[in-house]
Amino acid sequence: MPSQTESVPSSPMIEVENLNFFYGQTQSLHGVNLKIPAKQVTAFIGPSGCGKSTLLRCFNRMNDLIETARIASGHIKIQGVDIHDPEVDVISLRRQVGMVFQKSNPFPKSIYQNISYGLELQGVKNKQRLDEAVETSLRGAALWDEVKDRLHTSGLGLSGGQQQRLCIARAIAIQPAVILMDEPCAALDPIATGKVEELIQQLKHDFTIVIVTHSMQQAGRCSDQTAFFYLGKLIEMDVTQKVFTNPAHKQTEDYITGRFG
Amino acid sequence: MSVYWEQHLAEIREQLLMMSGLTERNLGQAARALMERDGRLADLVESEDSEIDELEKRIDERVVTYISTHGPMARDCRFLITSSKIASELERIADQATTIARRARDLNRHPALKSLARIPTMAEAVQGMLRQSIRAFVERDTDMALEVIGRDRLVDSEYKDTQHEVEIAIMADPATTGRELNLLTVAKALERAGDHAKNIAEEVFYLLKGEDIRHTGGAFRQS
Repeated sequence: MPSQTESVPSSPMIEVENLNFFYGQTQSLHGVNLKIPAKQVTAFIGPSGCGKSTLLRCFNRMNDLIETARIASGHIKIQGVDIHDPEVDVISLRRQVGMVFQKSNPFPKSIYQNISYGLELQGVKNKQRLDEAVETSLRGAALWDEVKDRLHTSGLGLSGGQQQRLCIARAIAIQPAVILMDEPCAALDPIATGKVEELIQQLKHDFTIVIVTHSMQQAGRCSDQTAFFYLGKLIEMDVTQKVFTNPAHKQTEDYITGRFG
Repeated sequence: MSVYWEQHLAEIREQLLMMSGLTERNLGQAARALMERDGRLADLVESEDSEIDELEKRIDERVVTYISTHGPMARDCRFLITSSKIASELERIADQATTIARRARDLNRHPALKSLARIPTMAEAVQGMLRQSIRAFVERDTDMALEVIGRDRLVDSEYKDTQHEVEIAIMADPATTGRELNLLTVAKALERAGDHAKNIAEEVFYLLKGEDIRHTGGAFRQS
């Protein structure tokens, strides 16, 4: 049985109830129950194939795009709303639940347009409002000072670390409630990684962040809660300090100390 | 499952055991130097202290290197922190042994004092605490660690009794003040060595359970 963390507030941002998920005939998540607190960083850790990214992609229904993917049973609620309720609009859901991927993927447009694009799709046309949103988002992503003099140059001309922060700026521009990060620093050098991790600490004041990472050090440094998955099951979820100093389950300890297998 | 870096952890553990063996021997030799009035043992204690100091430095260096290069987690992290702390406690016990040896050399030049009577009991108790705290570490036995912690009270009590007897002896014969104070220093060194052995036991408890029981005044034993 996964241990439930005591520090999770009574009304979490995300609630997963007995989630069973399949790719075709293969069950990838087995009866997962967890609660993700609002405005905290929650890290998902576990060996490749353990289901952590699958669960992350469930939160904004990215798995809907995979033909064989299906949720056999269980519920995911965000801010108390079941995201699979027929009345839920997937596009609106993805506005509420933004995502940053392992490989930075800026649009082949200017830095400015990378940020403004989502807002324009939402119908924002006012130039002053767009300017303000671009500046606020870039400041929020700790990128403004580095790009303010070249806002109309291509986003693809930025370094890898800057591109990743541009993607984060793009995600926060539309003011989501949740930001999902799937190994956001996997392709970054230590300096850029440090900047993104520092940014995550800033962002958690305004957003709920769920991060998938293979770096134990990153999970230890960045997150408030850590969930360990193995073979599609949630083995343990608790405050990060507890998980990394004295985990309750041997499987967790064996994984984080590198003895798994 | 064995992984390649476990060899590094095993080496730290071996050095810690070597250090504890030397420390225990030095403490025993220091006590014997006094009780058997053997100046050569006192010299031996002093000369071997530097080896213990070196081991402490080597263990700390390995711990820092391992932490810096491997980013240890959970029980590995607790093991490394605990190893460094135990090494520090052992080094302090060895320093107390040196203090005892030096005072023994002075005291051995004169007839034995009556207030020396409690020293063998104290020395034996402290050596037993040290031995058992290390056994608790080796055998991963929290009950044994807790027992060591409880035994420190007996050593403290012996020290207080010695202190009282030294006071009486000085009042009875002020000419012995210098020697009696030397003896009190020996008793104090043993009492401090007992504290360090207790600290090792507390570190062992933390290593095994992940629970910090220092400064709890024994309250944890009732839970």
